[in-house]
Parts: sequence; C-alpha cells; structure tokens
Amino acid sequence: MLKLENISFEVENEKEILKNVNLTIEKGKFIAITGPNGGGKSTLARIISGVLKPTRGKITFYGEDITDLSITERAQKGISFGFQQPIRFKGITVHDLINIAKGEDLSALEASHYLSEVGLCAKDYIHRELDDKLSGGEIKRIEIATIIARDTALSIFDEPEAGIDLWSFNHLIDVFMKIHKNKEKSIVIISHQERILDVADEIIAMVDGAIIVRGAKESVLPELLHCENPENCAYCQDIVEA
Amino acid sequence: MNEIAKKLLKDVTGLEDMPKGAYNIRENSKTVSRQSSENIEIVGKEDKSGIDIIVKPNTKSESVFIPALVSCGGVSDLVYNDFFIGENADITIIAGCGVSTGDSCDGSEHNGIHRFFLGKNSRVRYVEKHIGVGTGTGKRVIDPVTEVVQEENSYMEMETTQIKGVDSTRRFTKANLKVGATLVIKEKLMTHGEQFAESKFEVDMDGEDSRVNLISRSVARDYSRQTFISKISGNTRCMGHSECDAIIMDHGVVSAIPEITANSLDAALIHEAAIGKIAGEQIIKLMTLGLTEGEAEAKIIDGFLN
Repeated sequence: MLKLENISFEVENEKEILKNVNLTIEKGKFIAITGPNGGGKSTLARIISGVLKPTRGKITFYGEDITDLSITERAQKGISFGFQQPIRFKGITVHDLINIAKGEDLSALEASHYLSEVGLCAKDYIHRELDDKLSGGEIKRIEIATIIARDTALSIFDEPEAGIDLWSFNHLIDVFMKIHKNKEKSIVIISHQERILDVADEIIAMVDGAIIVRGAKESVLPELLHCENPENCAYCQDIVEA
Repeated sequence: MNEIAKKLLKDVTGLEDMPKGAYNIRENSKTVSRQSSENIEIVGKEDKSGIDIIVKPNTKSESVFIPALVSCGGVSDLVYNDFFIGENADITIIAGCGVSTGDSCDGSEHNGIHRFFLGKNSRVRYVEKHIGVGTGTGKRVIDPVTEVVQEENSYMEMETTQIKGVDSTRRFTKANLKVGATLVIKEKLMTHGEQFAESKFEVDMDGEDSRVNLISRSVARDYSRQTFISKISGNTRCMGHSECDAIIMDHGVVSAIPEITANSLDAALIHEAAIGKIAGEQIIKLMTLGLTEGEAEAKIIDGFLN
C-alpha cells in the first residue's frame, strides 16, 4: 500500500532528521512506531501526509508516486493524519470539522456518532467551537474522531495518547482495533504507550532518524532497550544511567 | 419597491414579504411602508426625518423590523430613530441598511442615528446588517451612530454585521449603563478592495454591577483598512471586557486602540486584541482533511466571522 524508499529529510544548518528511511506498510496492517523523542517519528508521519517534503527519496501509495503531491491530493487519495497537537480554530465548530473531514454535510445526529466513538458526550460537544476553551484531552479526542470520520485507506495518528486520561485511552484502543478489523485499512500509530505496542501487528523503532528494528513486540522491545551501544543511544541512555 | 430594493430587503433582514407585527421600511429617504402592533407603536418624527419606536412595558417575544434601503446612486440619507423600551419588555429589533449604487458613478450614503432608552428589567436583542451592492464606481457609505441608555437591570445584545460592499463606514456606539445593566456587543466586519471601516465604542459603566462585553471579529483583505477603538470606563463596581480579533490578508491593515479606565477600585476591566494572518498550521490541518488551500482559507474565514 505505502512504500518509502530512501527517504531523507534535512533542515539547512541542522542535523539530518531522517536518514535514508525505507519502509513498506501493507494493506490491513496495524503498525506502531516508537522510539525516543527526537528520533524522527513525527517527521516521518508528516512526510507521509505531505506536510513536509523529503529532501531525497520516493513515496508510492498503491503503486503511484506521490512524492510531489500536495497535502490535499494525498488526503483525497486516502491518507489521514491526526496531529500530535491538534489545531484550534475560532468560530469553527466540532460539527463543522466533522463535516469537513467527512466531505459532506452530516446531521448533528450523524456527526455525533463519531464523537461517541471517542468517548465524548455528543450533545455537550457537537456545537462547541474548536477554540482554547476545549481541554487538551477533549480536542485530542475530537481530532481522532475526524480521522475516524474520514475512514481512509491509511490513518496515521501521532501520539494519540497525549493528553488523554488512562480510562479514556483504554476505550481508544478499542476504537483503533475496530478500524483494524477492516482488512482494507491500515493504521500507523506513533506511540510510547505499551498498550498500543501490545495490540499492533508490528512495531517499528526509530532512533536518530533511522529505523533500527522492525518486528513483533517480543523481538523489537528487547532490541530497542538493549541496543549494542546504549551509551550513544538516546533511548537507552536513561536506562543505562539508572 | 423596485427589484433592487426587494433584494436589499431580503439580504438585510431575510424578509421576502412584509412581516407580521410592527415594521417600518425606509427606501431612498422615505418611509414606504409602516405598521404598528398592539404593543409596539411606530410614529414618524415631526421635526426631522425618522421614527419613534415605542414598546409598551411587559411586551414579550415580539420583533420589530426597521430596515433602511438605498436603491440608487446619488442618495444621501440621514435618519433619526429613537427606541423607547418599556419596563420588563423583551423584544428583538431587526435593523440594518442596504445601499446600492446600481451602475451609477454617483455615490450613495446612509447615516442612521439610533438612540435606545431601555426601561428597567427590559431586554433587547438588536440585529443589524449592513451591505453594499452595485457595479458602478459610486462610493457606498454607511456611518451609523448608536446611543444606548440602559436603566436598572436591563439587558441589550447588539449583533452588527458588515460583510463586503460598503466602501466607507464610520460607526460610533456610545452607551451608559445603570445598576445591574448588561450590554453585549458582537461585531462582525469584513472589508476588501480599498474600503475603510472605523468602529468606535464608548461605554460608561455608572451603575454598580453593570457589565459590558464587547467582541469584534474582523477580516481585512486586499488594501482595505480598519480601525477599532474601544473606550470603556468603569466608574463603580462593574465588569468590562473588550476583545478585538482580526485576520489580515493581502495588504490589509488593522489598528486596535483600546482604552480602559478604572475610576473605581472595584472596576474589573480587560481588553484583549489579536491581529494576524491566518495561521499556516490551520490551513495545513484542513488540507489534511482534503480541502484545497483556497477552500481551507474560506472555511477559516467563514467560521471566524460566524
């Protein structure tokens, strides 16, 4: 479904944020990407969604080269991206945003369905503005609801657990598993949450802009935590020092 | 009423026909249709152009329509409208002005001087929309002046909207609030081309526990310019808040000039102002949901002004 070939991303006068990343995501897979902060996970998600353009490399989606396509074109072809820090809008309501995500004007009742999916009481939220009166957890769940409403072939979530209480997060895992039941859809979740790693088909560990290991949880976590050179590995340093 | 006037009437008030209840339709400086109701009396002024709208005490859930229309070029209209709202009344006033210059190169102008006297415990919702249309080069000008005097525990909510079409506007709103009175003003403004808009507010809170909440949201596009001036004086225990939020686009210019004066230790006054272009991340977010950049921008502005 999605193939990244030799993707690199550099920012002028700064270090290389992604280094020659090769990645294939098959249809129907649930992939978790984990690793230390600054490892390049969010940058990779932004490159797939088109928010950032790679310095080098090629991205194909269902066999089509999408490297030069815009964010809009990629979205229309079936790529969704849930932001780590959702964006706030003055005047745009939750109902408006769900309509935009769905691409049609839904009734309040139809739109409410997506809020219920993420554990929000629809009647309390459907008419609210997406402004700074919403808490971090509330707007995060609304962000996830919009991705569910889009129902695209590939859904990427950047740290969906951030700002969400543990009780609600358990419910969200059910939501992700529900999407995963559809074998035509793929999910990529950037996460540090062990429960996400538990339910994913595969885990990808990224450190310093490169994929260091990919596989089942049982094989990836030990390798991630016991890398050959822990003193120089940002993820392991804390453990080594402890 | 000609077709242009009918269209202006619909755009300003939403009316396709004469409403039930009280109304006064003004076209090109003359009243063309008027009706009073049992509780709302509309009387023409004798000394100058305009009307008195007298609302009986305890009138509930009634609306009065008083649109002013200028349907051709070369008209300069000046009108004085006074509203006397009886104690405990609760009404809605639909006002507004539509100015068309047609294909004329002569400008047209409407200046409405509105005074409101709200009796004790009365409530008024005042909805006013200003629009300008026409393909000619004549300037469309609307300069409204609004004066409000609110007696004890009265409540007034003003919703004013001017979206495109008016070349120049200078709006001046002045209010005096007595004990427990509340004034809420919600202003929406969009300018484009080389338009100019000034919105000036002066509110005196003289009564204890009076409140004002003044919210302005505006968009300045092309080479248009806007100035927002709010002067709030808290002269006793009271609460005042003004907020100016503006989006600038192209070469648009917006100035926000707040002046809050606490003449009492118990006055709590806040002013907030934010002016800037549309945040790039907002456009990116909507593009990830499938909108083009232009569609995203339009959605953000529509939402902002709603």
